[in-house]
Amino acid sequence: MTELFEILLSASFWAAVLRIASPLILATMGELICERAGVLNLGIEGIMVAGAFAGWIAAYAGLPLWPAVVVAFLTGAGFGLIHGALTVPFGLSQHVVGLGITLLATSATYFAYRVALPEVSSPPRIEPFQPLDLPGALAQTPLTYAAFAIAGLTALVLYRTPLGLSLRAVGENPAAVEAQGGNVTALRMGAVIAGSGLMAVGGAFLTLSAFNSFFFEMVNGRGWICIALVVFGAWRPGKAVLGALLFAAFDALQIRLQQTDLGAVLPYQVFLMTPYILSILALVAMSRSARVPAALMVPYRKGTR
Amino acid sequence: MRLEAIARPGPARTFGPPLIALGATLGVGMALALIAGAAPLAVFGQIVTGAVGSRFALLETLNRATPLIFTGLAVAVAFRAKLWNIGAEAQLYAGALMTVVLGTGALGWPAWALLPTLALASMLAGALCLVWAAWAKLRLGVDEVVTTLLFNFVMLLFVSMLLEGPLKDPMGMGWPKSERLVAEARLPRIAEGLRLHWGFALAVISAGLVWLVQSRTTWGFEMRAVGAGLPAARFAGMPVNATILRVALLSGGLAALAGFSEVSGAKGSLTLDLSPGYGYTGIIVAMLALLHPLGVVIAALFVAGVFVGADAMSRTAGVPSYVADILLATALLTMVLALLFTRFRVRRE
Repeated sequence: MTELFEILLSASFWAAVLRIASPLILATMGELICERAGVLNLGIEGIMVAGAFAGWIAAYAGLPLWPAVVVAFLTGAGFGLIHGALTVPFGLSQHVVGLGITLLATSATYFAYRVALPEVSSPPRIEPFQPLDLPGALAQTPLTYAAFAIAGLTALVLYRTPLGLSLRAVGENPAAVEAQGGNVTALRMGAVIAGSGLMAVGGAFLTLSAFNSFFFEMVNGRGWICIALVVFGAWRPGKAVLGALLFAAFDALQIRLQQTDLGAVLPYQVFLMTPYILSILALVAMSRSARVPAALMVPYRKGTR
Repeated sequence: MRLEAIARPGPARTFGPPLIALGATLGVGMALALIAGAAPLAVFGQIVTGAVGSRFALLETLNRATPLIFTGLAVAVAFRAKLWNIGAEAQLYAGALMTVVLGTGALGWPAWALLPTLALASMLAGALCLVWAAWAKLRLGVDEVVTTLLFNFVMLLFVSMLLEGPLKDPMGMGWPKSERLVAEARLPRIAEGLRLHWGFALAVISAGLVWLVQSRTTWGFEMRAVGAGLPAARFAGMPVNATILRVALLSGGLAALAGFSEVSGAKGSLTLDLSPGYGYTGIIVAMLALLHPLGVVIAALFVAGVFVGADAMSRTAGVPSYVADILLATALLTMVLALLFTRFRVRRE
């Protein structure tokens, strides 16, 4: 018990929480924007992989770090364009297209990695973002601060601007938007493209900030966690950030608990499992009260209701 | 732009778009070969020879197709009823786990009793892995895409835990690997000297049975009706919830048979790399098959052929074998679009 308190009172624990939460916040905001506009984007897992690789290879090729982040964003936006084109004007199944995009983005990334770096045993390293010179848990890389800023911006745009109102409206009642002279296709496409870009930046956080290299399997289900976080956050940016922090806290805690007496008793897999089990339980607990966007997963065709 | 339904599509409408999709997929493959610095036509030749060019290659493709038929069927029956089961990977491992737990000496039965028991027990384990998610969807409105996806990670860690704990083979030189199945728990080969086990036959038979159930029974009709539109099915007095739970049991059970067949027929023991994502590839198989159970067999053979062929090509031509996954993803995305164009045309406003 004292060990638990020691962990919870240490600055390094809270630093880890903010670090683990950052990519989740970025990608969750991306998914949230898509879903508020009525499009479920299951391409998230693959887009994060592509973003992690694109940002890293851009930095490895000599680009400064911020432009590398932009490269990642554009890569994600490119996959978002494919996803949006298939699901919005053509109204194809968002489940099928999303899973197809994840497979496409993941395999294209691994292919590009193998072609770009044939026969390397360990991937080359880059000079990643450095933590700012701030006390305690605040010593984070600029990208973490960017993640929180983007979450704030997402909330601001969604709830305080005409664009945000239109975006939320196409996720609830696209026919009404159309009747008011809005362009449903453009709004949804824009949301999917921008959202996919943010997912890719979330992936790039892993290679440009959390680590300094690209590994296969490094995204490891984070995208799916973000989908759960959107539901957990009831499609609201603030609650979703809270969910990401909560998830990150459990993740940071389980790593540290493995080092304690508890780690000697329980197999390490039990600790690794807990974040996933907690996500499932949180979903079950939250789903009843959640307000799903009414037109989520419903393709819009003009003249039909 | 606007989509306009075509009342009576002619042959050009029916076959044109899918052929263009196929051509686009081949074009992507060519481009990838060029990017990797190889001759496109040679690469394609090697993929085809590697998949079906010899007796060895052909058997390898059939063996690789076996688990994909099961997971493809699992996904097809679930998706047909709009139950989005993305957890076939977990259900596969549940079946494999059950096979190992009961098949390594716990039951000293003869093969004719043991093998069916293992298959049924595996199906039960797989069914349980899905039915809770279906129940949570029906009762609590929990999205099954996320729950089944996340459960894959839980299951893989659970298997890893057991393989490093109670199920670990003491003679395994420290590798996380289960003991080998007893001889009675092994699926025999279809013919003496033929490197193909009965799992393949079981998979094809399962596809036939699923097709019969879907097309010839009330249950099957209900499953399809529920998928076609929940409110209408409910209005017609169908037991919608019971049907979805039934679909979940069937789907989970089918995916688990992939695990049973891989352990009992192919490998003989359980390791953490039993499945290189067969559960996820099953989604591609089912979609390429248009969710038709018999189509699943053909799609699984095709997908297995692409994988086996790409592996062989990768060894000789030096093009990374990830080409196979890119080709399948491209085929999937272009094919769903092409199928839309067989029924609709685009009109400018």
